[in-house]
Amino acid sequence: MPRIFVCVKQALDVAELKIDSATRRPIIAGVPRKISDFDKNAIEEAVRLKEKIGGEVTTITVGLEEAKTTLREALAMGADKAYLISDPAFEDSDTLAVSYILAEAIKKLGEFDLIICGEASSDSFSAQVGPRLAERLGIPQVTYVRKVSLDGDNVVAERSLEDCYETVRAKTPVLLAVTGEINEPRIPSLMAIMKASKKEIVMWKVEDLGISKERVGKTGSAVQVTDVLAPKVERKKIEIKGETVGEIAESLVKALVKEGVVGG
Amino acid sequence: MSEHRDVWVFSENKDLMLELLGKGSELANKLQTQLAAVLLGHEVGNQANELIAYGANKVYMVDHPSFKSLHADPYTSALTSLVNQHKPEILLIGSTRRGKELASRLATRLEIGCVSDCTELWIDEKGRLLMNRWVYGGNAVATETCSTKPQIATVPPRTFEKLERKDRKGEVVKVDVKVEEPRTEILERKEIEAAEVKLEEAKVIVACGRGIEKKEDVRIVEELAEALGGLVGYTRPLCEDRKWYTEWIGLSGHKVKPALYIACGISGVIQHIAGIRDSKIIVAINKDSEAPIFEIADYRIVGDIYEVVPALSAALKKLK
Repeated sequence: MPRIFVCVKQALDVAELKIDSATRRPIIAGVPRKISDFDKNAIEEAVRLKEKIGGEVTTITVGLEEAKTTLREALAMGADKAYLISDPAFEDSDTLAVSYILAEAIKKLGEFDLIICGEASSDSFSAQVGPRLAERLGIPQVTYVRKVSLDGDNVVAERSLEDCYETVRAKTPVLLAVTGEINEPRIPSLMAIMKASKKEIVMWKVEDLGISKERVGKTGSAVQVTDVLAPKVERKKIEIKGETVGEIAESLVKALVKEGVVGG
Repeated sequence: MSEHRDVWVFSENKDLMLELLGKGSELANKLQTQLAAVLLGHEVGNQANELIAYGANKVYMVDHPSFKSLHADPYTSALTSLVNQHKPEILLIGSTRRGKELASRLATRLEIGCVSDCTELWIDEKGRLLMNRWVYGGNAVATETCSTKPQIATVPPRTFEKLERKDRKGEVVKVDVKVEEPRTEILERKEIEAAEVKLEEAKVIVACGRGIEKKEDVRIVEELAEALGGLVGYTRPLCEDRKWYTEWIGLSGHKVKPALYIACGISGVIQHIAGIRDSKIIVAINKDSEAPIFEIADYRIVGDIYEVVPALSAALKKLK
């Protein structure tokens, strides 16, 4: 029976992010967090594999205490177990540090067949934690997976690359990073949500993992953010109106000719 | 003084490697150091001179049959050995989907940082590499630095310009390093039919989103594109949710900068906007007057694309 780990992130809901127009700085305080988009695809794929061939799905997240809601969602979608790795010492961890924390948590959880992640998180989109985690655990990875099958210790996955679809075989244990096209994540039923609310979420801190505080948070990170600014938006925002659609179309064409972007 | 010195570039994509050399030479000049390209391949000796012609002072070449197809394991092991032996100050890696996993694995094996998908790179007065990248789904640009060496940045295609091809002098260093066997096996490769003209180079793009109800209705958008001598583009939902197409415009797809971009029935989620922000003129047509696409449009038409788009095609025909 395969043992599948799914790593998820509770990301900032970037659609809710506002920009301070005076400073052009994003206002992070008060922005809600939600499960990162592709992580839902990762959970869905793990649950589908379990439904097909049996096994157990464990979700893991490194984050704030409120990330429990993300784990509840994973449980409602069909995950069996959930682990929240949370500690104030983790604040400002970059991908180097987060992959270390995750790797240590996974080592403590023991043997596994598959780790599934999303291709990238919807807020920082660096696509690094998956391959970094695979490297730390000394296992191969297949990124940008759009199709996967598991047969014994054989994993066959189709990757979506810029110029081709590539079918790759690897032996378990292996890490997969999945794209949004791999599946349509289910919307859990009320019953599933109720059941999930009763399941235990295990919380681990720095001491539970026996890891060094030097290697997490700001001190354990290599990348520093010096500034974050919204780009300048300088658009004309001219509304084209008219009595008829034909009139509207003609005024737009006239304007575009004047701009020099449509040949007269 | 740090023992780290040169600026290095690597990509398995030949064009991208030349673009990295273009930016790399600027960084190396500023740091008054050498620019080197890393060439990993099998029987690719003739490519080394090409890299020199595009600005490399040095080419580190590793020839190994494992490099015939692209797997993360052999590439990671070879780059790790090279970096440990020669200690570059900066390493630029092409941010293709393969390049990204390689950069992450390499940085982890070296226990160092890495900044993904950089859109601007420069050296500050302290000699540090500053890297700009989009964050928060395209809402903002973060400027980042890296306290570990080499400072690794990955760079997407078509971000920087190549140098002019010239007769230049350079040194080819053949290196023997340990190359790990791949743990993945490629069973099949299906080429994705590439569009004949690239969206990135188009002068006019007419794009459609969820406002188009049926695939056959895309015809009205194609007709408008044809009337303008432009190309048709799509949003991610048309590709991933409806599976009509395979390539989309947006932060995670094609980033375009035409003179004219017409968005038909596109709501304008921030990830899409991040892919069109550099367009000269943006026209948005949407029946929802509250659609976020209107916030970044030069010309807005609140209306039904099924009426407005054909009317535009007709108005253009009259023009001719």
